[in-house]
Amino acid sequence: MEAVAQARPRGGRLRNALEHRRFLAPALIAPAVVFMALLVGVPLGLAIYLSLTDATAGSLTGHFVGLDNFTGAWDDPNFRRALRNTVVFTLASNAIVVLGASVLAHFLVRDFGRHWLSRMAKWTLRFLILLPWAAPVALSTVGFLWIFDSLFSVVNWTLVHLHLVSRFNPPQWLGEPNKAMAAIITVHAWRLLPFATVIMIAGLASIPTEVNDAAKVDGAVGLKKLWYVTLPLQLPIATIAVLFGIIFTATDMAVGYILTRGGPFNSTQTLPLWAFQTGIQSGSLGPGAAIALYLLPVLAAVSVLMLLFARKVEVT
Amino acid sequence: MVSTRSKLANYLVVGPFAIVLAFPFYWMLMTALKSQGDLYSPQNVPFKFNAGSPTLDNVTFLFTDTQYLRWLGNTALVGVVVVLFTLIVSLPAGYALARLSGRWGRSLGVGIFLTYLVPPTLLFLPLSRVISELGLQDRLGSLMLVYPSFTIPFSTWLLMGFFKTIPQELEDAAMIDGASRLRTLRSVVFPISLPGILTVVIFSFSLVANEFVYAVSFISHSSSKTISTGIYTELIRGDVFYWGALMAATLIPSIPLALLYNAFLDRFIQGFTGGAFR
Repeated sequence: MEAVAQARPRGGRLRNALEHRRFLAPALIAPAVVFMALLVGVPLGLAIYLSLTDATAGSLTGHFVGLDNFTGAWDDPNFRRALRNTVVFTLASNAIVVLGASVLAHFLVRDFGRHWLSRMAKWTLRFLILLPWAAPVALSTVGFLWIFDSLFSVVNWTLVHLHLVSRFNPPQWLGEPNKAMAAIITVHAWRLLPFATVIMIAGLASIPTEVNDAAKVDGAVGLKKLWYVTLPLQLPIATIAVLFGIIFTATDMAVGYILTRGGPFNSTQTLPLWAFQTGIQSGSLGPGAAIALYLLPVLAAVSVLMLLFARKVEVT
Repeated sequence: MVSTRSKLANYLVVGPFAIVLAFPFYWMLMTALKSQGDLYSPQNVPFKFNAGSPTLDNVTFLFTDTQYLRWLGNTALVGVVVVLFTLIVSLPAGYALARLSGRWGRSLGVGIFLTYLVPPTLLFLPLSRVISELGLQDRLGSLMLVYPSFTIPFSTWLLMGFFKTIPQELEDAAMIDGASRLRTLRSVVFPISLPGILTVVIFSFSLVANEFVYAVSFISHSSSKTISTGIYTELIRGDVFYWGALMAATLIPSIPLALLYNAFLDRFIQGFTGGAFR
């Protein structure tokens, strides 16, 4: 009590104000809110404004052109192709990721043994699995550029020596439209798999042990337990992992920029890359902003779903 | 007890995944240690070292004849500044969202999290204009200014998760002993959450090292680049490829990051799910 008596009078008016919850909470949150409003809110508004003008790289303003940039983009076959590819890349890579990650997470949470050798083995496996997530994406994609090289591809060397493809006409992974699509999907799936696995491990870890015990008592084991107990409980957090995956793939530019630059002949073009090439490289800010904004409905939908499922996870 | 058979099954499933996921890094290592002659001879078996290999020539070339060290330094500098600024803003915000605010606190937390979902892809065009109006084009300052836009929501979210796991009683005890709330924060709450804060530091730093869109839009001057853009745009020129040096350049930052990820993974999961998915 003595300490309290001492502490009170020493504080100034500001300090006393900070002791009140009513003032303290807003004071602590305000800097974050202000900064986010300035660096996300304002640019987002600016992007919408730019998309309605004919602004070019030299200025921040332009003439109002209504929805011309949006209709102009839509009429361009390159844009259509970019839109289609963005959807294909996102769906295909996330389908692979969700399948792979559910299996991997399921086995990774199991007991690998108490012996120090088993622990070390598990640590090493986990390290190897985390590598694609931890490595900066632009760097690991350069690694894939070498793996898919036109002359010295290790994939082709292996295929040739297994007599699966001809030595004289090996596949050009980044030079033919369909193979380049497959290459990009591979890289996306490869880099997202560890993150999705980690999220799913979190989901599995949050299933209370009582549930597992109850399942055991009721005779639910093996596949039955997986189908009726584990999967339903894991579904909400798996959805969260997929929603993150969708955002990461749909808005990624690094993989496409480094692997193919949208080529050959714009066949692997994506919305982010097309917006970059239009807005930065060709200097047409307005049309570029419009192309990027076509991603906004997807993001809005994902955000809403994320909130719905976040609540569901909370209930379980 | 878990049967040997079930353990074997674990290794048989997890092992192949690990091999596939880690293969590109094995390949980077092999390439980085090979001599030019070994690398580009079509008759050589690429899975083993041939004449002239293994060698550290590529690594030496990377550090002496390119600006690699400069890019590493730039990345570290931007990372440190951004992470410090992020902590100054996110620590109080994360704490307040976890503790002090009621009904609307949760919506605000979700709101800040949603800004994390607004990708650089949507913002880089207007921001590139703003950056050049501010005269920050080709300066690291442009990245230091813009990167907190994704590190702050991410860190606030994780920190909120960590703070929620600290028992309220600890704080109450300190305050009964006469400590002010700010003092309680400084000498009770922050020290206990140090592992959580460290996790936030590591993952925010890696977000900075990862960023590509802003870096490639704002900076074209070679000596101001970060590793994320420098390696690809500067080391691949026309038909001249330095694959050995390139692979060394991609491998060097990746390994320490993965070690840190592995060490702090459980904390990350705790913070990530503690935020609001719980």
